[in-house]
Amino acid sequence: MSVTYLEAIRAAQARALAEDPRVFIYGQDVGAFGGAFKATKNLAREFPGRVVDAPISEDAMVGLAVGAAIEGMRPIVEMQFADFSTAGFNQIVNQAATLFWRTEVPCPIVIRLPGGGTSGSGPFHSQSMESVYAHYPGLLVFTPATVEDAYSMLLEAVALDDPVIFCEHKLLYYHLKAERLPTEALPAGKARVTRPGRDLTIVAYSAMVHEALAAAAELQPEGWEIEVVDLRSVKPLDTDTVVASVARTGRLLCVGESWPWGGVTAEVLARVASEGFELLDAPPQRLNAKDTPIPFHPTLWAAHRPTARSIAAAARNLLRS
Amino acid sequence: MVQAAITTDVTPAEASFGALCRRAYRLMLLARIAEEKLAGLYRAGQIQGGVFLGRGQEALSVAAGLALRPGDVFAPLIRDAAGRLAFGEPLVDAVRTYLGSRLGPMRGRDGNVHRGRPREGYLPMISHLGAMISVVNGVLFARRLKGQSGSVGLACVGDGATSAGSFHEGLNQAAVERLPLVLVVANNQYAYSTPNSRQFACRDLTDKAAGYGVGCLSVDGTDLQACLRVLADAVGRARAGGGPQMVVARLLRLCGHGEHDDASYVDPQLRASALGRDCLKVAEQQLLQDGLAQPAELEAWRAEALSEVERTVAQVQHEPAPDPFQEEWRAIATEALVETHAAPPLPPRPGALKQA
Repeated sequence: MSVTYLEAIRAAQARALAEDPRVFIYGQDVGAFGGAFKATKNLAREFPGRVVDAPISEDAMVGLAVGAAIEGMRPIVEMQFADFSTAGFNQIVNQAATLFWRTEVPCPIVIRLPGGGTSGSGPFHSQSMESVYAHYPGLLVFTPATVEDAYSMLLEAVALDDPVIFCEHKLLYYHLKAERLPTEALPAGKARVTRPGRDLTIVAYSAMVHEALAAAAELQPEGWEIEVVDLRSVKPLDTDTVVASVARTGRLLCVGESWPWGGVTAEVLARVASEGFELLDAPPQRLNAKDTPIPFHPTLWAAHRPTARSIAAAARNLLRS
Repeated sequence: MVQAAITTDVTPAEASFGALCRRAYRLMLLARIAEEKLAGLYRAGQIQGGVFLGRGQEALSVAAGLALRPGDVFAPLIRDAAGRLAFGEPLVDAVRTYLGSRLGPMRGRDGNVHRGRPREGYLPMISHLGAMISVVNGVLFARRLKGQSGSVGLACVGDGATSAGSFHEGLNQAAVERLPLVLVVANNQYAYSTPNSRQFACRDLTDKAAGYGVGCLSVDGTDLQACLRVLADAVGRARAGGGPQMVVARLLRLCGHGEHDDASYVDPQLRASALGRDCLKVAEQQLLQDGLAQPAELEAWRAEALSEVERTVAQVQHEPAPDPFQEEWRAIATEALVETHAAPPLPPRPGALKQA
């Protein structure tokens, strides 16, 4: 018996609906159809009236969720693709993210963003939005890389009194498996050392954790022991765990699937440079997708985002510097 | 719901239309006088940011507020001082928010027309037009999920907002879900400086409602009695399960977009037309004509409103401003997940600051 990343997300939603009458799900095709990726499969049948199809209106979807949250509910909004959340951007960053600060009324909503690249998906079905949302005050941004985290962090997101941007990676949906759902969890805001090492710290999150682990395995026969840190949530960002890792290794490479200008990887480097400058034996480096829209063709797509190979190559350069 | 600061000799449940007209007029008068005072404070440099008046829109606004009951949901826009008072906002909330008092509902974190008390169904607008419609839908949707029925949500917008995507999405959403939403469109002929001719190309804004399968009523926004009847009708239809309703009022903004704006772009012919009538004066004439009030009574009401405004402003002017050193600077409710950003280190040499 095994459970996929996608099944964990479905199971977490089923549990949230079962345990908390304030929870409902709202999004395009989430009802009888079960969602574009089947993350809500059978939930409309199991929880009548609480898994509701929305019109193609991302702005109004988020607005409705904010109103429901004001009224004491805990809505989960499914964006069909992370890319389409830009059509609801105003309600996310100006309505949901400002409500608590302006009024002291909390805004407990979860916005699920199926994001990240998959081969053949092209410029508008592949984006990673975490850096954009992390920039805004008033939002939390979770980026689970494992089946267990997908499950426990989604439940945690529903329970929190703040708007959570829940970044799911589509590439992990079907292929990433675990033996069973977790019974205990690390809280959000805590990074995890996924692989201990001595020579270099690779900080990653979401699908890039797996690319980083593959790169670390590739470098092992060459004699390098690479430490991999999974951020788990990019906001809040666990600077302490990252700096402690760099204290052990003296070298930092941060990997993200979003674009290179600013963003999560730049934030990690800035924090390590200002809080742990004396720990560094070499200039910290980062690796992101190329600064273009995301290409359709598999050969271009594979070269656009960081991969185990490009991460290993960047790591070798850094280890020699 | 908080009670209106103004006290009258009639209750909110008043049956008589005449009494409703009297109450509406007094609220319009209070809103007008309060806003004139705020405009004066702005010109004297005592208000930061902007001041946005509802001059010419008080009849429509007060009718919207009075059509609602405690427990209903209200999302006013920038020209709804009268409607806010009618819905139960104490005058002091407005004055505190404009003057930035720490004791106001927004505590200096937001200002002027951006105020509300969400827990009481009174939603604080963001600046993006049309954005509050779907939030009202959300409150109504949640109540339905909880099995609560009988309440209505009312959102106010202007002619400009009818061009925004959020207007389309919000009204369509309300129609698909058949929510008890009343959407009040004040067509005051200009969105800032942009006239209707550059805003929409349909024959009339009421045409838009048909496209969503939403009922629509039209009203002369300068006529208080007509506004009271039409808004009560629309709210009643929504409450009775008739689905979302739209009301389009024809009127003219009798001021600039804000007090920084001289409104020189307004067509003088419009000003001279029936649209340019001052609804407050029309309401006053109606009261006198129908024998619902005597001239001496109107004078007394005016004096009372003036005194309430002066008293409130004087009180708020003595209230503390927000203190940046006591401010929490926290945008999320979950204290444990607040980001900590390291402050720049102290200068390396003790004398460095002094030399600088």
